[in-house]
Amino acid sequence: MILNEQTVKAIRADIPKYPQRRSCILPALTHAYRQVGHLNEVVYREIADVLDLDTIQIAEAASFYTMFPKQPVGKYFIQVCHNLSCSLLGAESLVEYLLRKLDVKKGAITPDGLFTVVTVECLGSCTTAPMMQINDLFYENLTREKVDAIIDELRKKG
Amino acid sequence: MELRVLFKYIDNPDQHKIATYISTGGYKAWEKVLRELKPADVIDIVKRSGLRGRGGAGFPAGVKWSFVPKDSPKPKYLVCNGDESEPGTCKDRVLLERDPHRVVEGMAIAAFAIGAHNAYIYIRGEFAYPAAQMRKAVQEAYDKDFLGKNLFGAGYDLEMAVHTGGGAYICGEETALLESLEGKRGLSRIRPPFPAVEGLYASPTVVNNVETLANVPGIITNGPEWYAKMGTEKSTGTRIFCLSGHVKRPGNYELELGTPLSYLINDLGGGVLGDKKIKAIIPGGSSTPVLTPDKLDVHLDFESVAQAGSMLGSGGVVVMHEDTCMVWAARKLAHFYMHESCGKCTPCRMGTQWMFQILDRIESGKGCENDIELLLDVCDKIEGHTICPLGDAAAMPVRAFTKTFRDEFEYHIKHKKCMTINRMPSFT
Repeated sequence: MILNEQTVKAIRADIPKYPQRRSCILPALTHAYRQVGHLNEVVYREIADVLDLDTIQIAEAASFYTMFPKQPVGKYFIQVCHNLSCSLLGAESLVEYLLRKLDVKKGAITPDGLFTVVTVECLGSCTTAPMMQINDLFYENLTREKVDAIIDELRKKG
Repeated sequence: MELRVLFKYIDNPDQHKIATYISTGGYKAWEKVLRELKPADVIDIVKRSGLRGRGGAGFPAGVKWSFVPKDSPKPKYLVCNGDESEPGTCKDRVLLERDPHRVVEGMAIAAFAIGAHNAYIYIRGEFAYPAAQMRKAVQEAYDKDFLGKNLFGAGYDLEMAVHTGGGAYICGEETALLESLEGKRGLSRIRPPFPAVEGLYASPTVVNNVETLANVPGIITNGPEWYAKMGTEKSTGTRIFCLSGHVKRPGNYELELGTPLSYLINDLGGGVLGDKKIKAIIPGGSSTPVLTPDKLDVHLDFESVAQAGSMLGSGGVVVMHEDTCMVWAARKLAHFYMHESCGKCTPCRMGTQWMFQILDRIESGKGCENDIELLLDVCDKIEGHTICPLGDAAAMPVRAFTKTFRDEFEYHIKHKKCMTINRMPSFT
């Protein structure tokens, strides 16, 4: 099993909220993503078992939603908004800076396994641009100094 | 003018806690509804307030509620749309994070009005913190018996749950949202049947935006006349505008509807960065046609902005100054719609790809002579030919940018470079 007991418990806890089991798929994918960091066929099968649904129903939904990476990413998954409001305040140079700083290509994992940087569409943080999301947290009004501090801290945490 | 109705307590650091919300009059409206009013009364009050949907379309909320058939034997559902994803828009997030009980209370009242005993709020997956705040609020409301069984002893039951998405703009469209809530791919549905008749689990459903529902408790407490007095005759109340881009003080500002755009940008936003000239303004989220600075005096209400050739949309105001290349900006937006098209309708799936490819080649200096006509032709082929509004939402900005700033597009094609070299305030 990839999914641990806590994740399975969380998936089961959502069942009574809906009249149809299938509604639990997105919440289940979210629980699994939080634990594993990405989704794959094995995870779909395990979710299907917990929810007593067909694996294809899980895979079909998962393939539509872009928030869940379908292959491994770094421990800290950095998603930089490159939509208009953020780009008007320098998001393009933020992306370049991050890639240069971490010496990594977009979408790849740094050799220490810590970081992956991708660009994403609007994250609903337009008035605090430029911004990035690392795992579940938003980092807003970014400056070079702030980015340096954030990356340093995450490196220290390992 | 700035008028804080929804934002009255937004800066209070404890506003998200139920005790604080109650101390500011919270859940009084819910109690009043259950003790004194019938569903039809609630619908009538909201109709008389003139409250219109804050998600983008501006449809009267009370009228939407009245479409739910009263004699249907099926269960009814109230769904709050918190899939805020329209570029330039970030107002619902603030409400969910800082005043979540206002949303819970609004949802509860709306559920009662349509006879629903189940309410869901669909929050975009990336909003982990807003969703956590809402979950806490819902739990607190259960603990205080504001949700659950036999509420206020009035014999009414209401269950509420928080549901999160998986990163898909299309799920902000109400039928795609319902598909997604059912655990499927977020593909929009053909209408009719409309959600009011056949929505979630093929049952009567009302989908309302977060900000729309957050207005409801105030309307019940203070009366429809109080609400209708604010704003203009047809656009009543206040609205949260998200001011972003090249302004000195970006932020979410709640204004009385009908306030001039210039007041938002210059007085509240502090004017343009570097005191440069404004070149373009998107008034209501990325889907709405771009305006030029001669429209700076337009009043921010549904009718005035429509008359100026755009839409009030979702309240996302994006300001671009003189050093912004319009081809670059249009390409950014086209990329977004290409990425977010759900793929169900060919005109949208293919059209958004065509638009991006054409804009991309113009931007990179490889544009062809007839590309502008081709771009406008693709817009024609998309608009009105798709199941849901995403197609129109993708074509509208491209058409507006191309027509309004045609000289820049022509220059780009002819000289293979920007007429205006992008000089963004750099990230330092």
